Amino acid sequence: MQEIEIADLRKITEIIQSSHDYDFTNYAMSSFKRRIQRVIELYKLSSVDALVKRLEADQNFFKEFLSEITVNVTEMFRDPTFWRELRDDIIPNILLNNDTFSIWHAGCSSGEEVFSIAILLKEMGILDRVKIVATDIDHVILYRARQGMYSMKNMELNGKNYIQFQGKSSLTDYYREEGGKAIMNKDLVENVEFREHNLVIGDPFSKFDLVLCRNVMIYFNQTLQNQVLKLFHASMHKYAYLAIGAKESLIWCEIANKFIVVNNEEKIYKKIKD
Amino acid sequence: MNQEHLHSQYKAIVIGGSAGSFQVISAILQALPEKFPIPIIMCLHRLKHVRTGFVEALNIKSAKVIEEPEDKESIRRGGIYLAPANYHLAVELGNTFTMSTEEMVNNSRPAIDITFQTAAYVFRNKLIGVLLSGANKDGAIGMKYIHERGGITLIQDPAECLIDTMPKAALDITSVDYTYKTNQIINFLLTLHKQYVA
Repeated sequence: MQEIEIADLRKITEIIQSSHDYDFTNYAMSSFKRRIQRVIELYKLSSVDALVKRLEADQNFFKEFLSEITVNVTEMFRDPTFWRELRDDIIPNILLNNDTFSIWHAGCSSGEEVFSIAILLKEMGILDRVKIVATDIDHVILYRARQGMYSMKNMELNGKNYIQFQGKSSLTDYYREEGGKAIMNKDLVENVEFREHNLVIGDPFSKFDLVLCRNVMIYFNQTLQNQVLKLFHASMHKYAYLAIGAKESLIWCEIANKFIVVNNEEKIYKKIKD
Repeated sequence: MNQEHLHSQYKAIVIGGSAGSFQVISAILQALPEKFPIPIIMCLHRLKHVRTGFVEALNIKSAKVIEEPEDKESIRRGGIYLAPANYHLAVELGNTFTMSTEEMVNNSRPAIDITFQTAAYVFRNKLIGVLLSGANKDGAIGMKYIHERGGITLIQDPAECLIDTMPKAALDITSVDYTYKTNQIINFLLTLHKQYVA
């Protein structure tokens, strides 16, 4: 397999833009290149040009491509201390001034974190008072998120995370096992709205009290991170919270001064200026 | 040491290690002068779900500050960086880091191959790759790529390694410029340092 060059990546993003109206130009080069490499190997394509041709001609292939290019590796209660902080500090703070509130889960992938937040809220006794909107660029993965079926193999790690989160019961109380799959209790997400939304070209569609977007913006370059942060800012009430991944940072973004750091370990920010 | 390799143009040193590499890394960091100018980027296999403790342990004996970088952080002259738990650490064009939570590679996240390959892509022949003791083959492909891009490859002498699978895997698939024991690795770095002081 030949080395993929920057010019190749440009060819790919151009064809995606002109044929499918998705914009990958400001994705982080190193990971985008690796995802492209992966697709080429997965579909046994002979070259970048073969990929470009296929992208141009085949609408169904593009849908599969989209699913493969986005990273869908996730866990329930990843970074348990983050979820504890959310339960013990952030959400009680929101509840001081609001009886009900809303959460935007941006880039929810296969839904493990949607179930995590639903379980957390249920254990706080407030699940029915919270409106959750979970979005992703890829409608195939959204379908999987809605289904809430996970391989039992992954439940061991999820269960470990849940124990460290110090939940009220056992994670096994929230699913049943069937044919090697964990089937999550449907009532956890019955009020969750799953919808397709592309952070790159999407507009603000509502205002929220808490935005969760962990380990999504790492796949973007700084230009796009700036742009997405502006989208979040416009989608948040004043004094709303934003949570990003443990090794992400907002401090070099243009509008960082409109936020304060609430917790630097867990990367939780609060919007303080409109 | 090859005289052609003695210059002050290096952009980074990448170090990969797994089982048996902690003592070696500690010794290297301990021996480094405070003003050692070349950025060092370390990808060491570690427990995926233990976020804290490792970088603190490495910092105890070092005169330099070792840090886990954040996404899109600039690679600074003299910086020493450790790939954080459960993230791949990649080097991005424009001299910054990019994190990734992609699938494990060689059963590892962080994977040495990813750090090495992306660093080699950006730094080309101005990179030194160092692969230490370890029990799997992660890093071998990365070393091959560093060599292909004109960088320098150095492995810990398998005879000295607690577990020699990792450096041997590199030897199997690529040409290695130096096979050194820990004290030789340290001498190599100190010799390089003199190029920058002069």
